[in-house]
Amino acid sequence: MKQLARLGLGLLLAGGLATAHAEEVKIGMITTLSGGGSHLGIDVRDAFLLAIEQSGRDDIEVLVQDDARKPDLARNLANEFMQRDDVDIMTGIIWSNLAMAVVPSVVRQGTFYLSPNAGPSDLAGRMCHENYFNVAYQNDNLHGAMGAWMREQGYENPIIMAPNYPAGTDALAGFKHLYEGEVAGELYTQMGQTDYAAEIAQIRASDADSLFFFLPGGMGISFMKQWQNAGVEMPVFGAAFSFDEILIKAVGEAAIGARNTSLWAYDLDNATNHAFVESFREAYGRTPTLYAAQGFDTANLILSALEKAHPDDQDAFREALREADFDSVRGEFRFGPNQHPIQDIYVREVVAGEDGEPTNRLLGIAVEDIQDIYHVDCKM
Amino acid sequence: MSATLLLEQLINGLQLGTMLFLMASGLTLVFGVMGLINLAHGSFFMVGAYLTAAVTAASGSFLLGVSAGLLGAAAVGAVVELVVIRRLYHRPHLDQVLATFALILIFSEGTRWLFGSSPLWLNTPPWLSGFVTLPGDARYPLYRLVIIGVGISVAIGLYLLISRTRLGMRVRAGESDREMIGALGIDISRLYTAVFALGAGLAGLAGAMVGALQSVQVGMGEPVLILAFVVIVIGGIGSIKGALFGALLVGVVDTLGRVFLPLFFRGFLPPSEATDVGAALASMLIYILMAVILAFKPKGLFAVND
Amino acid sequence: MTDQTPSGTLPGDLPARPPRRLGRRGTVQLVMLALLLVLPVAADLLGHPYYVTLASRLTLIAMAAVGLNLALGYGGMVSFGHAAYFGLGGYVAGIGAYHAFDATAFMGMFPGSDNLLVLWPIAMLACGLLALLIGAVSLRTSGVYFIMITLAFAQMVYYFANSWPTYGGQDGLPIYIRNQLPGLDTQDPLTFFLICFAGLVLAMALTSRLMGSRFGAALTMARLNDTRLATAGITPYPVRLVSFVISAMITGLAGALYADLNGFVSPSMLSWHMSGELMVIVILGGVGRLYGPLAGAVLYISMETLLGGLTEYWQLFLGLTLLGVVLFARHGVMGWLAGREPHG
Repeated sequence: MKQLARLGLGLLLAGGLATAHAEEVKIGMITTLSGGGSHLGIDVRDAFLLAIEQSGRDDIEVLVQDDARKPDLARNLANEFMQRDDVDIMTGIIWSNLAMAVVPSVVRQGTFYLSPNAGPSDLAGRMCHENYFNVAYQNDNLHGAMGAWMREQGYENPIIMAPNYPAGTDALAGFKHLYEGEVAGELYTQMGQTDYAAEIAQIRASDADSLFFFLPGGMGISFMKQWQNAGVEMPVFGAAFSFDEILIKAVGEAAIGARNTSLWAYDLDNATNHAFVESFREAYGRTPTLYAAQGFDTANLILSALEKAHPDDQDAFREALREADFDSVRGEFRFGPNQHPIQDIYVREVVAGEDGEPTNRLLGIAVEDIQDIYHVDCKM
Repeated sequence: MSATLLLEQLINGLQLGTMLFLMASGLTLVFGVMGLINLAHGSFFMVGAYLTAAVTAASGSFLLGVSAGLLGAAAVGAVVELVVIRRLYHRPHLDQVLATFALILIFSEGTRWLFGSSPLWLNTPPWLSGFVTLPGDARYPLYRLVIIGVGISVAIGLYLLISRTRLGMRVRAGESDREMIGALGIDISRLYTAVFALGAGLAGLAGAMVGALQSVQVGMGEPVLILAFVVIVIGGIGSIKGALFGALLVGVVDTLGRVFLPLFFRGFLPPSEATDVGAALASMLIYILMAVILAFKPKGLFAVND
Repeated sequence: MTDQTPSGTLPGDLPARPPRRLGRRGTVQLVMLALLLVLPVAADLLGHPYYVTLASRLTLIAMAAVGLNLALGYGGMVSFGHAAYFGLGGYVAGIGAYHAFDATAFMGMFPGSDNLLVLWPIAMLACGLLALLIGAVSLRTSGVYFIMITLAFAQMVYYFANSWPTYGGQDGLPIYIRNQLPGLDTQDPLTFFLICFAGLVLAMALTSRLMGSRFGAALTMARLNDTRLATAGITPYPVRLVSFVISAMITGLAGALYADLNGFVSPSMLSWHMSGELMVIVILGGVGRLYGPLAGAVLYISMETLLGGLTEYWQLFLGLTLLGVVLFARHGVMGWLAGREPHG
């Protein structure tokens, strides 16, 4: 019955069909549901809808559209939501480049935007906006936290690697900022690269004592497999973007032993999180990723603010969002002055689970109350 | 830069080259015999990897998986030839491009429909996961050497097939004069299906082998497809020899460029700029190579009749 | 490919040339153009700016395809790399706006500008130059070589844009405030649509005039029979090269407008999917027909908008539709709507 109800809800939402009775709040979600990397968008959407369903409110309409990871398509969908459907709040974008294409014009036209993933530095700094809230992380958070943690653990000469694109260079800059030491070398790979033999040989030939890499999505899968194949004995560190529950299943045992930073872990011990993980597993038959956690928190933040004000009363609603008065699955959650999270970042290790499949296990806190460095550029 | 590292990178280039050859040989064969340009060739690469992943997971045997990838891709190729491709032989290249572009969309989204959006698990089997010690005491993954071995075997096999067998004779006849073999009373449509399925199977084999090294996901065939195009343009479209030579050239130049260009620029630029310039140039290197070759040899290095 | 006779007649009548008799084809064409103008105006009056923006997008995609059609349809040069010009045009608009916004200079020498009267000629010039370089090498080849080499050159530009960090690399470059045209409010959706519409009509008029001229006759001949053109004392190579360059310039201008419409330019405008989409639109509409690109764009954008709202797997149905069109409707939408191209 519940399945059926959700199916009905989903159809209604996906089709964007207007229902007979007047809806009071409209939320437009643009996310990546097709093509490469679509499991991120699917997790955000599923968890978001789950939270709305659990709230029991029937005066919220969520319109969902697929951007196929194309910036221009996302931009059109945003226009559609704002100009045709007249939505109050938008959310859902996964990728930084799509966010940069869409968010500035959305918030300037007086619509609220809450990011459930992706936090490009410009939106945290010089282009911050009172209608923009980031409920996930600023892009550097996880990399910086790993830098700090590795320093603390006594690694002295890490070699670091990322794809040659803005989020990649930012990732390495973020790492170095909190690592605060010399690195053995920096390697830049091509975007979408599938073969890492050349880089692996270079890493082996270096005198590094550890490897930190940022290779999101399929690139991380390819790299980890080839890394194991090459038999290099060097500890591996990264951010959760290469080690979510779905990706490590695709990597297999090659992922075991890698440590990664995340703002959330499914075995994080708090009541909200237990309830979330359980209900998500029950509803969708899989373990949620951090993207699902972010989608869930985004929805609950919106719900908490809606208790206090309607988005039409912009100032009151904005104030209610700033208070972040909701139970986050990651424990404590609050916003900094640039409306980006100040939060604890955790370290997880990939281990073999009970079924033999790799899974993440929480090791502890890497950095408490991390805040991005760009908030000083934000004039709000 | 030690000699060992250079040797290792050369082998890496060779491995990329043999993988590209598996892709490019099918593409060039199909063009040579049927005059067809097939953008959907990368889809067979993906089909091969997916089938290998699925069958390996179900049966636990990597060998069985690879066979399924090879034969399955060939079977899918044969079906596609029978249903769609054979209507395109007498059409202009433009129609072929459009129809096979449509096939890419159908294959990609169809695969996603069947297998979902998450990448599949596929790994090298334990008995292929060892190392070989190179001179200079560097360890080189056995599996990559196996890929090189498979690529070389396929090259030899294709050579024998084309020079020694009846099928090969017909293929050669078809390459030199398409109308001729019809007049000789050879069942052309069966020959075409066979050649197309062979090309698809080789692409599937490439996908199966490489799938164990990289992420098995929708759209994985597209970057390889474009590289394969560059390979056959350099080698001369329709020429197997050209495909082999082009593949090795592209593989080695691409690998060495990625490693040595940033190092080269570090000689006279600040490190961050050197990395930027080096990486940008490395990503364009094979296209520059292609342009230079075509400027002197517009039909590629081993031109056959267009 | 098309049904033209070698005499190189005018492939479609624009209102600018006195039509002999309107006929079915003329009626369909006139109705299409009129609808494209009237519907967005009506949508604007009724307070639906979304449809105005959608119409602008459609118009610009059609315009880019008009450019490609000149090379592909009339000249028989199957370019699989027109995204390079579309994207380069977009980047000119983006880079101009970026430097105007930051008050810095391009390569430390040329100040930025947000004046479209400056940016448009630069975009066209840049695309023309790029096409001259690419065309000079590519046109030495033909057939499949030409398809693949144009694809490879476009990939080269794509990778370059992807890995050059100054202008955003893979993240692309936002245009925060739409570039300006003196005396007009380009931020207004309808005004911007009318600019795009004017661009499309001009591009079509130019194509029509060009194909009606001696140059057009030579280009048609170069497509149909190289040798005959050569015996007439005209070398085909420069004829092709010139039309390839003009084609790129039209597509580039459309790209510049498209970047302004989206307020954003990124390497995805340069990707081979974009080249493929433009080809699809030309072929859907009808190759080498003046109104073909417009008809193709209408069909493509409607499918994308309608199917995209219905199913996640809309690209699957798009693929099936395309396949159906290639296999069974060889003369495109215009062939089906307006009948075959007349012989004359």
